[in-house]
Amino acid sequence: MELLSTSQVSKSFGSRKVLRDISIRLEEGELVSLLGLSGSGKTTLLNILSGLLPPDEGRVFLAGQDITGRPGHISYMLQKDLLLEHKKIIDNVSLPLVLRGMKKKEAREKANPLFAQFGLEGTQMDYPSQLSGGMRQRAALLRTYLGSASGVTLLDEPFSALDMITKGQMHAWYQDMARKIGLSTVLITHDVDEAIQMSDRIYLLTGMPGEIRHEIRIEEPKDAREKFSLSPEFLGYKQRIMEILQA
Amino acid sequence: MKRKSENIRDKLLPAGTFCLILLIWWGLSAVKLIPNYMLPSPLDVGKAFVSDFPNLMRHALISLEEAAAGLAIGTLLAFGLAFLMDRFLTLEKAVFPLLVVTQTIPTIAIAPLLVLWMGFGLEPKIVLVVITTFFPIAVGLLDGFKSVDPDAVALLRSMNATRWQIFRHVKFPASLPFFFSGLRISASYAVVGAVISEWLGGFEGLGVYMTRVRKAYAFDKMFAVILLVTAVSLLLMKGVSLLRDACTPWMRREKLQNQE
Repeated sequence: MELLSTSQVSKSFGSRKVLRDISIRLEEGELVSLLGLSGSGKTTLLNILSGLLPPDEGRVFLAGQDITGRPGHISYMLQKDLLLEHKKIIDNVSLPLVLRGMKKKEAREKANPLFAQFGLEGTQMDYPSQLSGGMRQRAALLRTYLGSASGVTLLDEPFSALDMITKGQMHAWYQDMARKIGLSTVLITHDVDEAIQMSDRIYLLTGMPGEIRHEIRIEEPKDAREKFSLSPEFLGYKQRIMEILQA
Repeated sequence: MKRKSENIRDKLLPAGTFCLILLIWWGLSAVKLIPNYMLPSPLDVGKAFVSDFPNLMRHALISLEEAAAGLAIGTLLAFGLAFLMDRFLTLEKAVFPLLVVTQTIPTIAIAPLLVLWMGFGLEPKIVLVVITTFFPIAVGLLDGFKSVDPDAVALLRSMNATRWQIFRHVKFPASLPFFFSGLRISASYAVVGAVISEWLGGFEGLGVYMTRVRKAYAFDKMFAVILLVTAVSLLLMKGVSLLRDACTPWMRREKLQNQE
């Protein structure tokens, strides 16, 4: 079932056109990447999808409902985890629920069972400064998940600040966790390897203004990608994508 | 272990310096290099402090009352103005430079005017304390509000947070460490401000008492007042630090984390 879609979204800042006719769709349980170089309009698209920025043209739909320019429906996560240093982890992750009017105690009770699933058991009453980089990202992901009533999350280069090993672990963990809880994800990234490793489909955002002219489906089954990055198929995808990006 | 010994060393060093100054002072008055009526020995000051204790306390209570009232009003005003300046950029641009200018006017120049306008009661003293304590707190709070990562604000907006919710969950807590830094400075200003304003007219308070004993050439008593003012200011600053630690537990955690 189609969960999130955009139809011919365009955006300009003054006389500079940043995005042109962006149409994407996200099926339920899918992970779709928006891959583009720096300055290709990725962050603008994130802001439009999350409702923070209205597009000049086009609409954004969530489960058939028009949510263009209306924040509060899709939550996102950036490279910076943006955990609030003064709040305990449990209050950080349950913040979206509190903002929606839920009582603090009730929000904590709702968030608590998810800690184990997100590999955060025992950190509930810690402050963010007590957690490692990888753990902080997990906490931010849990907050994003709890903030997304629709089950759609937007991730904007969420793992790019992590070291290679931690990043690899986070990729595997996220795919596994997303499958288990039926999360649908739009991953915005400039990292080609990450996009191939994580995605069901990749939209390539190219040109100036940014346009989507290519969509690549990654055929490798999601549950058999442990050694995928070392395979000839992976390199094949990578070569094809690099050719398009460098064209 | 190393950290603990460093802590002890950090506390012993200033205490040692203080003892050394006391010793030099005591030596100077013992050899009569400076006559005793001009510089009483630390021992004389101690004696005056003990013998004059009830008097000192009576006056100190008045000064503390002025300082506390002025600090409380100054804090409230600072909070209100910092909030409005953060909310309305035009107001910040219009008012902030004026605030800076007010801080360049010497307190001692305003005090007689306040006495002239308001009389010899508590009011001019409280107003002077408000003027001196208001600025560090307002600037601290404003810096605190501005220290918030704009991406954090955008994230909350994406969660459909209202302006009030953003203030309550992000801006206000982030400003607390800045607020307490300002309050710590203001707490010491408050007592000094109250004493200065009492110099220039009044019936009671440490400043009034100080003027009286100075005129009577009782310099040992005057030094006792200075000792008390310093002690009260230090105690207030310590009180603010304790309050800060209680209100910002995450900062203590961060500090511990950095030490490990």
